[in-house]
Amino acid sequence: MSETGIGAAVRRVEDKRFLTGRGKYIDDIDQRGQLYAWMLRSPHAHARINGVDTATASQAPGVVAIFTGADMAADEVGGIPCAWQIHNKDGSPMHEPPHPPLAVDKVRHVGDQVAVVIAETKAQARDAAELIAVDYDVLPAAIDMDLALADNASLVHDDVPNNLCFDWEIGDKDATEAAFAKADHVVSIDIVNNRLIPNAMEPRAAIAQYEPSNGNYTLHTTTQNPHVIRLLMGAFVLQIPEHKLRIIAPDVGGGFGSKIFHYAEEAILTWASAKVPQPIKWTAERSESFITDAHGRDHETHAELAMDKGGNFLGLRVSTKANIGAYLSTFGAAVPTYLHGTLMAGVYTTPAIYCEVKTVFTNTVPVDAYRGAGRPECTYLLERLVTKAAREIGMDPVEIRQKNMIQPDQFPYQTPVALEYDVGNYPASLDTALQASDYAGFEKRRAESESNDKRRGIGISTYIEACGIAPSAVAGALGARAGLYESAQVRVHPTGSVTVYTGSHSHGQGHETTFAQLVSESFGIPIEQVEIKHGDTGEVQFGMGTYGSRSIAVGGPAILKACNKIIDKATKIVAHILEASESDIEFKDGKFTVSGTDREMAFAEVSLAAYVPHNYPIEELEPGLDENAFYDPLNFSYPAGCHICEVEIDPETGDVDITNFTAVDDVGRVINPMIVEGQVHGGLAQGIGQALLEGCVYDDSGQLLTGSYMDYTMPRADNLPNLNVGTQSVLGASNPLEVKGVGEVGAIGSPPAVINAILDALAPLGVDDISMPATSAKVWQAIQNA
Amino acid sequence: MEMSGEYRIEASREKVWDGLNDPDILKQAIPGCDEIERLSDTEMTAKVTVKVGPVKASFTGQVTLSDLDPPNSYRISGEGKGGAVGFAKGGANVRLESDGDATILFYEVDATVGGKLAQLGARLIDGTAKKMAGEFFSNFAEAVAGSAETAGEAAPAAAAPSAAAPGAATGPVIDVGTWIGGLVVAAVVLLALIAG
Repeated sequence: MSETGIGAAVRRVEDKRFLTGRGKYIDDIDQRGQLYAWMLRSPHAHARINGVDTATASQAPGVVAIFTGADMAADEVGGIPCAWQIHNKDGSPMHEPPHPPLAVDKVRHVGDQVAVVIAETKAQARDAAELIAVDYDVLPAAIDMDLALADNASLVHDDVPNNLCFDWEIGDKDATEAAFAKADHVVSIDIVNNRLIPNAMEPRAAIAQYEPSNGNYTLHTTTQNPHVIRLLMGAFVLQIPEHKLRIIAPDVGGGFGSKIFHYAEEAILTWASAKVPQPIKWTAERSESFITDAHGRDHETHAELAMDKGGNFLGLRVSTKANIGAYLSTFGAAVPTYLHGTLMAGVYTTPAIYCEVKTVFTNTVPVDAYRGAGRPECTYLLERLVTKAAREIGMDPVEIRQKNMIQPDQFPYQTPVALEYDVGNYPASLDTALQASDYAGFEKRRAESESNDKRRGIGISTYIEACGIAPSAVAGALGARAGLYESAQVRVHPTGSVTVYTGSHSHGQGHETTFAQLVSESFGIPIEQVEIKHGDTGEVQFGMGTYGSRSIAVGGPAILKACNKIIDKATKIVAHILEASESDIEFKDGKFTVSGTDREMAFAEVSLAAYVPHNYPIEELEPGLDENAFYDPLNFSYPAGCHICEVEIDPETGDVDITNFTAVDDVGRVINPMIVEGQVHGGLAQGIGQALLEGCVYDDSGQLLTGSYMDYTMPRADNLPNLNVGTQSVLGASNPLEVKGVGEVGAIGSPPAVINAILDALAPLGVDDISMPATSAKVWQAIQNA
Repeated sequence: MEMSGEYRIEASREKVWDGLNDPDILKQAIPGCDEIERLSDTEMTAKVTVKVGPVKASFTGQVTLSDLDPPNSYRISGEGKGGAVGFAKGGANVRLESDGDATILFYEVDATVGGKLAQLGARLIDGTAKKMAGEFFSNFAEAVAGSAETAGEAAPAAAAPSAAAPGAATGPVIDVGTWIGGLVVAAVVLLALIAG
C-alpha cells in the first residue's frame, strides 16, 4: 500500500485553502460589467397577484431592468421540474402543478419570488425593490397538514383537490392485516418528525453570464450537482442545449442536501443575463436562506407494531403525512416514499410491513432532502416504536432488538419493502456499542445521578440506511427521471502526475483527499501527484453529483474503473517496450515488472512513453494515457450501526446533558479513517441538533416564526459531548471498493437514541412521550405534566 | 399577536378632545411618529419610524373605525406597510366605561405581521407593543396636561399612566372615543408593524 493510499489517515488537502481563507466561493468571484440582482419576495404565505407595478422602481437610481413572472411567461420559460414521479395507490401519477420561477398568478409561500430587480449595485437593487407595488389579494393559508387535507381547505394549487400531492403505499397490506389479526401485543405510537432548516454555512449564490457573440451561457451556482442543474434548467426551464450552457460550482460551503435542487433564482438569473445582457450576481442573505432553501423532514406518523407473546415482531403498519411545502422541489417526492417507506424493515426480520404516505401541499417553503432524507424519519419512527414496545411488554430494549435482528447468515436479505440488503452484521455493531458505552455499568451510574437528584437515562438506536444512490434501472422503475450512475475521467500526464475529473461534487466532504487516495493506491504514486477536479460542466465530462452518501460508493468505483483502464493500457505499453507477454507483466507499488526478471518500468516512464510514442505499439494502441469510465451501482449500499446515548437530566430545570454518546457504524471499507470520523461527528451534531434544539415553526397564517438564529437554534460545540465514535465494518458487497458511504449515518442514527435516553430517564416520573426538539422547557413541562 | 388591557384616563373631556384633535400632540404621543393626519371622523393615517430588535423601518399606517356604538364601543382596524420589511395588519375592539369622572378604556388587539417583521421580530412584538402602548398613554397624558397648563409650569405630570379621556356621554364623546381608539390602534398596530 502507498503511504497515502486506502486506509491512511491523510490530512485533508483542501483544508489548507479553507483554513487560510483562500477558498474561492461564488461571492468571491466578480465578472467585468457585473450587475446585481435582488429578489422581491412575498411577505404573504398565500395571495393572488392582481398586479405588479414596477414603474416607479424602474426610475430608481442604478436600475437596469426589472422582470416579473409575466415577463418570463411571455418568453415561454418553463416551470421548475421535479426529478422524481410518484404514483398514487390507484396507479395514477402524482399532481405536478406548475412552478414558475417568478410567481405569475399567485404567491404560495412567504419568500416566493415576485420580481427581480437588476441594478448596478446590490443596494440600489434592494432599494428599488421597495418601490415595486404589488397588489395582493391575500388568501387563507394552508399550513397545518390535517387542515390542508380538509375539504374546506384553501388550495395551494387551484387544481390539486385537498392539497393532496399523492397518496402512496408500499408493502403487502393484506399480509400485514393478517399479522395484526394474530398478534398478542400491538404497540402504537404517534410521532412528529420536526421540520428543519438546513443552514449551510455559505448561503446560496449565483452569477449568470451570457455571451452574445456565440450564445453561450455560464452560470456559477452553489450546487452539489452541476450537471444535474445543467440538465434540469437547460432542458426543462430555459431550453438551452448542453453545449451552450456551462455550470460551475466552485468551492461550496456546505449543502446537506439543500444545494441539490434546481432553484428558481438560477433560472431567473440565467434568463435575465441574456436580456440585459451583462453578468448578474445574486447572493442570498441569511434571512432569505431561511425562507427559500428547501426545508427538511416534517412528517407526522401513526405506526403500530404487532408482536407475539415472546416479543417477536409479526407486522408493522405505518401511516405518514409528509409536508411537501408549496411546490415540488427536485427530489421532494422521492424523500417520503422510496427513501423512507423502503427502510421500514430496519434491521429487523418483521415479516409483514405496510406503509402509506400522504404528501401534502402547504403554503410553506418546499420540503426536500436534508442529510439523511427520509431515512432519519424512518429510523426515528422505528427505534422509538421498538423501544416503546420493549417497555410495554417488559423486555430489555437490547433484548428485543437482539431477538428480532436479521442475523449475519441471512444475507442477502429480502425485506418486505422492496430492498434487498446485501451484507451486514447488526448484532456485532450492537455488541460493540454496548461494550464501548459500558452499558452494563449504566445502573450504577443511574444510581449515582439519583443520589444527586438528577435523572439519568440511556437510549439505543440500531439503524440501517440505504445509500450509494442508485442503480439506475431500479431508480427508474421507482420513478426517477434520470440515471444515477457516476462518471470519472483519469488523465495521466506525460510525467506521471494525474488529474481526475469526477462528476461527484465536494462541498465539505473532503473528496479531494479521499479520491486522491484511491488513485494513489491504484497507481502506487504519492497523493501529491494527484489532483481532483470537480464542479464544472465545462471541464468534467458528466456527473450526477453528491447526495445520498453516494460519492464514494458510486463516484469512487467510477474512478477505480478508469484507473484500471489506465493500468490495462499501460500494461500493453510495457509489454511492447520490454518485449514481454502482457500476461507476464505485474504492476505493484508504482512499478511494472516482467515477472521473474529485473526488467521494470516506473509508472512515469510508461506515461512518458504513451505521450512520446517513439517505441510504441502504434498499430494496436492510441497514444496518450487518458481514460473515461461510467459506473452504475449494482445495488444500494447499506450502512448500519448502533448509536447509544446517555443523558443526565436536571428535573428542576429540564436541562438535558448528554454525558456520553457512542456511535458504532458499519460503513464498509474505510478509505480515510480521519475523514470518516469527521463525517460521523458532523452527522451526529446535526442529529443531536434535531433531537434537542432545532425546530421550524410557522404560525397559522404561514409566517415563519423561526426565521433567524434568535429563534432557530443550531447545535454548538457546548451542546455536544465528546463523541465516542468507532467503526465495525463488514465490507460492502455491491461495489468493487467495498465501501458503503458515511455522510448521513450520524444524522440518521442519532435522534432516536437521544429521545429514547430522555424517556428512559423520565419514565420513573411518569413521562412516556416527548417530541423533538426536546428543549429544556419542553422537558421541564413534561415533568410537571406527568 | 394578541394583547389586551385597560387604561384609566383622568382628565377633563375638553382637554382630551383638544388633544385628540391636535396633530402635534398626537405626534408627540405616538412613539416614533413622524406624521399624522386625520382624514375624516373614521379615518386617519400615520407615519411612524420604529426600531424593533434588528429591524428599523418607516411604516405608513391607515386606520379605519367601524362597528361604532357610541359611546360604548367600536372596532378599529388598521394596516401598515413597511416596504421590504413587511406588513402588519390588525384591529382592536375598544370599549369605554365611565368610572366617575374618569374613563376606563378596555382594548383587545389582534394583529398579524408578515415578511421580515414576522421572520425576525415575531418574538419581540408582544413586548414592544406593550411598551409602546404604555409610552403612548404616558406621553399623551403629559402632552395634554402640558398644553393645557400653558404657561411654563409643567404640571406635576403625575404618576405614570394618566391621560385625558372622555367622561360623560354626550354628543362629541363618540369622536373622542374614536380617537383614543385610533391612538391605541396606531400605537399597537404600528408597533406590531415595527416589531416585525
